[in-house]
Amino acid sequence: MTVRVDRYRCGYCGACVGVCPNVAIELVETWVAVNDELCESCSICVKICPIGALEVVGG
Amino acid sequence: MIKKRYDLVVVGAGPAGSSAAKRAAEAGFDVLLIEKRQEIGDPVRCAEGAGKRGIKRHIKPDPRWIAAEVRGSRVFAPDGTRLEISEEGSGVEVGYVLERKIFDRVLAEEAADAGADVMVKTLATGLIRENWRVAGIQGRSLGRAVEVRAGLVVGADGVESMVGRWAGIETTLAPGDIETCAQFLLKGVEVDDYCEFYLSNRLAPGGYVWVFPKGDGMANVGIGVLGSRSESGMPIELLTRFVNKNFPSARVVEVVVGGVPVCGPIKRTIADGLMLVGDAARQSDPVTGGGILNALDAGVIAGEVAAGSLEKGDVSREALKEYEERWREKIGASLARSLVVKERLVQLSDKDLNTLAHSIKDKDIARMGLFDLLSLLFKTNPRLLWSLRKLF
Repeated sequence: MTVRVDRYRCGYCGACVGVCPNVAIELVETWVAVNDELCESCSICVKICPIGALEVVGG
Repeated sequence: MIKKRYDLVVVGAGPAGSSAAKRAAEAGFDVLLIEKRQEIGDPVRCAEGAGKRGIKRHIKPDPRWIAAEVRGSRVFAPDGTRLEISEEGSGVEVGYVLERKIFDRVLAEEAADAGADVMVKTLATGLIRENWRVAGIQGRSLGRAVEVRAGLVVGADGVESMVGRWAGIETTLAPGDIETCAQFLLKGVEVDDYCEFYLSNRLAPGGYVWVFPKGDGMANVGIGVLGSRSESGMPIELLTRFVNKNFPSARVVEVVVGGVPVCGPIKRTIADGLMLVGDAARQSDPVTGGGILNALDAGVIAGEVAAGSLEKGDVSREALKEYEERWREKIGASLARSLVVKERLVQLSDKDLNTLAHSIKDKDIARMGLFDLLSLLFKTNPRLLWSLRKLF
């Protein structure tokens, strides 16, 4: 499982980076990069995204 | 364009980073200021309000980056009860509504004028370590891998800060420690020269809606929702609802999103060879969410301490304690106080908020500062605000 970013929605604000307990997300200029190996799908980032651009995927 | 070695590398060219870079460069040190975006100040992630006195302490006001001046604030309780506070009361952090795209660029230009190297589209990807201390950064500049050695690094990399975490400083925000925000810049609105704040759990759970005039029939209309009470996409949905209802004929000419730290002062903002400033150090105000003035204050202190430590040739965590002590002395108490107030405010129901507003609406509060206003609210409503008793 990991988190997928809908790039069409994302406003690349970095709020998700600030709340990620595993440092699995990084805001690289104008896109959000998720490190699948570090992500534990806790979904905190999904919940706090102001624009609804993130979702937990896979199983 | 970038040298292999500097006295100081500053990561992030917002108000905190640029003022730190400027101060250290003025003291004669070799400074590099890097910004990951290709344009400084863009995209904006801010409601752009800041107190006049605070801004004037740092820079001469310039019409290029002042979008509007306001006379005060209006706070609306959930039932519409209106409280008005004038600007000189500094009841809330208003006075200027800035044009951050220009403001941030001018601050970076000042750092450049002071002698700092400035480079955009340059991202830090990691820290160089040497004898247990931070000794520079790895990064990418215009897409190419770079290594820059430095006597000292300042992390001014915002809410999404990596620099502190790379150095082992805990800065992760719990959901209750962040306001998740969305804002539209609207054109074709009728607003006067007041900043407006709407408190209501229905409109903005654990946060507020703001309307800040920007001149020429424009306004920043935005919303902050406490992370622990938000759901995916809630801020943009609630904002759209508010705007459709209150400004049905307005046009949206810009969308802004962002996260604002409201955790209050964190335990540690230094490591061997490293200091954190601004939102990266979680120095934004837990009640208002305002961060510009604190970032400027802390940035200046970081720049001065950087100069002093480099001069003495001691950049150890022990030596950098001076930064820790000085920023806490300047803004720590007010951040801690705001945190106590925020923790109570976010628990209040709409009924409680109405009760508070009713209790002071006929009193002469126009010229009160935030502290006096809180003190009055406490005296009038001790039971509702009992957890604030230690503040007065």
